[in-house]
Amino acid sequence: MERMSPVVRTVVKIAFAPMFAFGAYIILHGHLTPGGGFQGGAIIGSLMALYLVAFGATAWKKKLLSGLESGGLLVFIGTGILGLVSGLMFYNFLADSDIPIFNEAVPTMLGYTHSNWAPLWTGGTISVMNLAVGIEVIAGLTLIVITMGLFAFEGKEGG
Amino acid sequence: MSFYGSLIDNSPAIIIAIPLAFAFLTPLIDRFLGKSIRNFWAVLGVLLAGIMTFVMAYEVLGTGNAIEYVFGGPNGMDFPLTGGHPVRITFYVDGMGAFMGLIMAVVSMAAVIYSVSFIKKFTGGEKYFTLLFLMLAANFGMVFTGDLFNLFVWFEVSSVAVCGLTVFRTNRGESFEGAAKYLIYCTIGGLLLLFAIGLLYGEYGHLNINMLGEAIAGSAASKGLIMTDKIVLGILVSVFALKAGSVPMHMATPDAYSEAPAPITAMFVTASQAGLYALFRTGFTLYGSNAFTYANDTFTVKLPDLLELVHVAGWIIIILGVLSMFVGVTLALVQKDIKRLMAYHAISQTGYMLLGVGVGMAVLATADFTEFGRTAMAGGIFHIFNHALYKGLLFLTAGAIIYKAGTRDLNKMGGLGRDMKFTAVFFIIGALAIAGVPPMNGFSSKLLIYESVFRFNPVIGAIAMLVSLLTLASFVKVFYSAFMGPKKKEMKGGEVPNSMLIGMAVLAGMIVVFSIAPSLVVRSLVDPAVEALTGVAGDTSRNLTLFTGEGAWNTIVFLGAVLMAVIVALILHSRGQKGTVPKGEGKKPYLWGNPTEIDGRPIVVPGSNVYWGFTQALKKYFDPMDRLHSGLINEYVFWLILMAGIVIATLGFWGVVF
Repeated sequence: MERMSPVVRTVVKIAFAPMFAFGAYIILHGHLTPGGGFQGGAIIGSLMALYLVAFGATAWKKKLLSGLESGGLLVFIGTGILGLVSGLMFYNFLADSDIPIFNEAVPTMLGYTHSNWAPLWTGGTISVMNLAVGIEVIAGLTLIVITMGLFAFEGKEGG
Repeated sequence: MSFYGSLIDNSPAIIIAIPLAFAFLTPLIDRFLGKSIRNFWAVLGVLLAGIMTFVMAYEVLGTGNAIEYVFGGPNGMDFPLTGGHPVRITFYVDGMGAFMGLIMAVVSMAAVIYSVSFIKKFTGGEKYFTLLFLMLAANFGMVFTGDLFNLFVWFEVSSVAVCGLTVFRTNRGESFEGAAKYLIYCTIGGLLLLFAIGLLYGEYGHLNINMLGEAIAGSAASKGLIMTDKIVLGILVSVFALKAGSVPMHMATPDAYSEAPAPITAMFVTASQAGLYALFRTGFTLYGSNAFTYANDTFTVKLPDLLELVHVAGWIIIILGVLSMFVGVTLALVQKDIKRLMAYHAISQTGYMLLGVGVGMAVLATADFTEFGRTAMAGGIFHIFNHALYKGLLFLTAGAIIYKAGTRDLNKMGGLGRDMKFTAVFFIIGALAIAGVPPMNGFSSKLLIYESVFRFNPVIGAIAMLVSLLTLASFVKVFYSAFMGPKKKEMKGGEVPNSMLIGMAVLAGMIVVFSIAPSLVVRSLVDPAVEALTGVAGDTSRNLTLFTGEGAWNTIVFLGAVLMAVIVALILHSRGQKGTVPKGEGKKPYLWGNPTEIDGRPIVVPGSNVYWGFTQALKKYFDPMDRLHSGLINEYVFWLILMAGIVIATLGFWGVVF
């Protein structure tokens, strides 16, 4: 795939940081605000597609991406299976626990938990799974775009 | 709690988690440890999942208690009857779920063992096994799930994984076409399903199937049946009939079945049967079983409106079943592609299951149910397991035939029986079972269906028997074209690799066991499944004779009678005149009146010509059928939408217009 004009490349360079931050925000706040791993991953994935269109697909490491894809899914299912240690599949063993991963207690107000109001470092396994899904979706979407891009532009199978 | 106890409590989740974990680890193992470790890994994964399923099924069927599992809830959470949030991911495994889980486990074991050698010819084995495990997880998920939305998710996972596997041979354009057709079909089905779930959720605020069933019954009791109930039943019946591949929503199924690699097609059958399972769940757990109470061998109808709706749905399923049986088998008869032929037979056999359970639904909670309806249901559900076994075996033998012959065209094959003796034996076992020839397992389940359906409606019973005859005829054609006759020069010699033989032997062995002791299987596996759906327990006395209500069937007695007949024949033969040899024309074996040799060259009638006369005589039937199966997805979708519309309108306006 060829590189596009300097105008496109500059715009993509400028848009890169805010788009990435937005996607990361959606992923990390998956347990607090609408959105989550998939939606944030799709935003970063579309950023990758933009990058790919602007700069060409030759420099991308597909093996790394498919490794990331498997890895994200493994973290997801692994977190679910780890819940079995506490006796139940997908049990949220991190929430309110001593393990310092997203373990802060959700503050209560008037006796009710205000999940929309909680700090970022809450959610336990939900946040971990959001991250895992985010990584998986970024890698997966980028792979799809690369495969389709290579196929469309070079007429050969990319996968 | 003991380790075993917590293992059982968590078993539905573990059975799903094993294929998922193995699916995601397979690419890594393939990259870092190599192909042979990967194959071992895949076999290990499917064995683990299978053993876990056996343990769970033993517990569920042995104790008769359903396992209810709430994801992420506190341990021992009491759901859904008291407290808690009504929207949770739940698994609910009762007799029917455990029965279906066993089917998935057995067929996937055979398919994966078979794949170890089968996959060596191809690249991309890691993708193959990853998708295979995803498909297995989706199959388990569809039959274990306790809530409707989760059912939709697994429905989609199953469709996507199946389509990914159907295009496994990326060098063939046909595989893309088949997968695309199936994907479009399943997407339309999935969207309809989501729509129906949305309607139910909007009306009742539940997703859990058991709770929804109670909510529908409660609303029907207080204000009568509402339009939403009827329309949702119509949508669900058409969606799951589509997934099961019933005529006239079958048209994408043969394309996808015949293009998928052979072990995948064997599992594809079980994926379709998961649709069948969902259909029965809808008919009974969601709608039918709350309309009546059953105690002391008598039914007390609480909600006649709801029961009538279920009866109408039962009739719709019967009609779909009869159509599937007849159209499937007649179209199979004229195929010349071996896998396409078997795919049409899969549709035809699905008709038997729809028919059996449809009859059960149509007479639910009436006096006829105890007379013959329960037997029909037992036959239909027993046929699910039998079908998975023999159809899986037949698809695997088809894969072996194609592996050696290098072609799927029956006209170009021949003489494979000379080298592939084991495969030929497996094929005969599968073919006799699918044709319902005594003493095979297919016969016992079909006998239950014949005798009960005949009492329900003699015409339908007769059609069911005719379809069996045609099934035998078309497998005679396959056997004759593939295994008999002179060996073709271009065929590779020898038997298929051992792992493929083991895969086939697993299923063939199960068929033999099921054939010898059908009544034990019915009592220990099928009756709990029927009880889980209807609440009507079966006969608990265990012996080797299968009672159909009309007659009885005992394989041992049958085999004894055959043995005695053989002994009598041998005695008569030994007393006859020795040394008589046919002379003259009598020496030449004839085939349809034609000489078998001309100028020393053997004459073989190609497979597609064997029933030429038959198809020619029924030209008025086959020509329109040929035009209907145009291969255009647009037309297929039209039939799908039309059929769904008819079903929805029939159920929706029942009692209003009709």
